[in-house]
Amino acid sequence: MSQAPAQTDDGWSGQVYSLIKDAGISLVTTVPDAGLTRLLNMCSDDEEVRVVTLSTEEEGVGMAYGAWLGGARALLCLQSSGTGNIINGLALPAFSQSPCLMLVTMRGQEGEGNPAQNPMGRAVRPVFEAMGVTCLEAKTKEDVATYFKQAVDMAFNDGNAVAVLIAQQVIGVKSFSK
Amino acid sequence: MEKLKRREVLARVLEERGDALVVSSLGTSTYDLFAVSPADENAYFWGAMGLAVPTGLGLALAQPERRVLIVAGDGDMMMGIGSLSVIAAQAPKNLGILVMDNEMFEETGSQSGLSAGRADIAQIALGSGFEKTMTVRNDNEVSRLTDFLMKEEGPVLAVAKIAPGADEPVFPSMDGRGLVTTFRSAVLGKS
Repeated sequence: MSQAPAQTDDGWSGQVYSLIKDAGISLVTTVPDAGLTRLLNMCSDDEEVRVVTLSTEEEGVGMAYGAWLGGARALLCLQSSGTGNIINGLALPAFSQSPCLMLVTMRGQEGEGNPAQNPMGRAVRPVFEAMGVTCLEAKTKEDVATYFKQAVDMAFNDGNAVAVLIAQQVIGVKSFSK
Repeated sequence: MEKLKRREVLARVLEERGDALVVSSLGTSTYDLFAVSPADENAYFWGAMGLAVPTGLGLALAQPERRVLIVAGDGDMMMGIGSLSVIAAQAPKNLGILVMDNEMFEETGSQSGLSAGRADIAQIALGSGFEKTMTVRNDNEVSRLTDFLMKEEGPVLAVAKIAPGADEPVFPSMDGRGLVTTFRSAVLGKS
């Protein structure tokens, strides 16, 4: 019997969770993605971390700003398709030079089985960079924690919008075969 | 009966604001807040339409001991209307939302807004999971507004049906980083 993905050690979620704790992040906002399941479950099980389900990803940009104003630290977890929902919202961290830390699981890359995922998947980096978001793309499991730690420092020490993009090859490709 | 005047409503709500933290949505809500209750503990929006409300939620969760008031125009509220269900789910006891509803996009030429028609923001809040809402249309009702927004256990949402006609705009700083530094210094004692 195969285990559900959430129960399998994926080689990065545990490390990112530890870094969330080390960074003192108390708020994790999300429109979930399958690839984020393990990490979100670890956060949900932690009483010191509040996981907030959003109706649209851009609310997470606002909540990160509000949290920072109130002295707390937030992380927005989203799928690549959701990055398109937050573009004008990114004016907020850019205008205020305040932290906006994001963890993005990529779709629309090599092996994608759903062509509707491809346009936004391809556009994440150019669109984010046009809005002043630094993108760090993890192409291996090992990269994820390395880049996440860098992103934490860039976001909270210097007031930047930073996204760690987790490549589809790290997450695994969703099957659409019948 | 004469319609409510926006700055008079806001001035009464914030008459004794104590240590409350206030977030205002872009445009006239920001000008009104700066005009009637300028304070370091104000988070003025200049852009990012629709995000004043989730910002207020993030702030309310980070500062649970302090009252947080969001002042949002009806257009801003409609753009971020899904945030109401997010707030209802989190249920911050210290959060109040005042929707300044002139039923139009006055800032851009007074085009008709959705709340001028069939959309009722207080009803949407109830359907999103809010237990306490009110809609005020005249001066007598405004007397209940202050306690409701600033003291009643949250989350609460009030819609003030206000007359069109913005007052002379007065502008807070447009230095985004400066606004954050000022706010954080006032609230946290650090930048």
